[in-house]
Amino acid sequence: MIEKDVIIIGGGPAGLCVAKTALEAGLDVLLIDRAPALGGQLIKQTHKFFGSKSQYAKTRGIDIANILIDDLRRHAKLEILLATTAVGLYPGHVVSTYDEHVYRRYQGKAIVVATGASEKFLTFENNDLPGVYGAGAIQTLMNVYGIMPAQEVVMVGSGNIGLIVSYQLIQAGVKVKALVEAASSIGGYKVHASKIKRLGVDILTRTTVKKAIGKDHVEAVEIVGLDDTWNPIAGTEAIISTDAICISVGLSPMHQLLSMLGVDTKYVPELGGHVPVLDDTNQTSIEGVYACGDAAGIEEASSAMMEGYLTGLCIARQLHHPHPDDQALVKHYHDQLGLLREGPFGEKTVIGRHKLKEGAWYA
Amino acid sequence: MRIKDHPILSFPERKPIRFRFEGKEVEGREGDTIASALHALGITTLSYSIKLGRPRGFYCAIGNCSSCNMLVSGKPNVRTCITPLVEGQDVRRQTDKGVLT
Repeated sequence: MIEKDVIIIGGGPAGLCVAKTALEAGLDVLLIDRAPALGGQLIKQTHKFFGSKSQYAKTRGIDIANILIDDLRRHAKLEILLATTAVGLYPGHVVSTYDEHVYRRYQGKAIVVATGASEKFLTFENNDLPGVYGAGAIQTLMNVYGIMPAQEVVMVGSGNIGLIVSYQLIQAGVKVKALVEAASSIGGYKVHASKIKRLGVDILTRTTVKKAIGKDHVEAVEIVGLDDTWNPIAGTEAIISTDAICISVGLSPMHQLLSMLGVDTKYVPELGGHVPVLDDTNQTSIEGVYACGDAAGIEEASSAMMEGYLTGLCIARQLHHPHPDDQALVKHYHDQLGLLREGPFGEKTVIGRHKLKEGAWYA
Repeated sequence: MRIKDHPILSFPERKPIRFRFEGKEVEGREGDTIASALHALGITTLSYSIKLGRPRGFYCAIGNCSSCNMLVSGKPNVRTCITPLVEGQDVRRQTDKGVLT
């Protein structure tokens, strides 16, 4: 068994930032990611971020990934394992990994689960046909590998991801035939919605997918209007020809490793589903096991980074190795998180985090 | 199809990587995953469901959903969306749960 001070599972925005503050505090860090590259989902995000300067506003996600990765390069006490999956988390802070060739076991004084999220799926007939993609997969194909996912796409879901990916599809030369949204209003920021409306994309609210049509691949989609109680209205069906359907109906925190270990979790809809119960230092109900980023509740990459920095600082304190700028930095990142969460879109997180700390298990 | 013109990103020409798909010699590019290379070739059915034999494509691209699991150089259940393409790989569509060898 190989021993480390801090083992971080997940090299996305949260995990990279935990690594930074923990390394600066002088701890040795192991960073594990199953993808062939660090950066998590940032490496496919070509849009510019909102917020303030210390939250990397006006910088594209891809560039933020490079900044965060560069920040870590100079640290000799960092070990990175790529294309390596953390397959198990066991009592005694033991992580087992698999890299397609070999299993290994590591033990950490602290473990951080920063595994991010997976995309939610939608139930409709033929939803398993090739040509039905998650929004993240479409971004990966286009923005990481430079491949057109399809000629035409019908987007499902008008949250920020659905709106931004629609815009990115148009940039890549793909026709967005329509965007359907089951709710009565657009979920994401107005500025993103206006951008794609100006480019001629119809946003159909109170509408959902009834079925995908096609034999070996999507050829068309049948949509249907919904009433006030979310039931389909007979006679409102319409068929749109398209060779892809993009599902962007939200994310679920990846809590599986934490659940394997048996940490306390709660179902909190505002945070995206089952999430670990955390204390003020992002520590779970098991001492020395931490969680941050989307794995602890769905939010934005900006807040995942701030939570990551904080988690690294809290671990350094806990391991009696505080960061040289401990107090100033802890205050700074708390302030940043306060700013990020004070707007109308941050309200959900604030309510969710409150529910997580109080009341019954089902929140 | 590969993107040629993009307002933000640039995709310079990369070195060709030769591999086999269903026994046929095909070509991807350096930096591709197996699934992205197949996609660029217009191949979107990556496996068939175990019971009903329904075609399965590429859903999550982060190694999570198992929709892209394929038989790669004799090894089953390889998550082709996160597995780098390597010269000479033998890639086949999987139709069963996979057999340990």
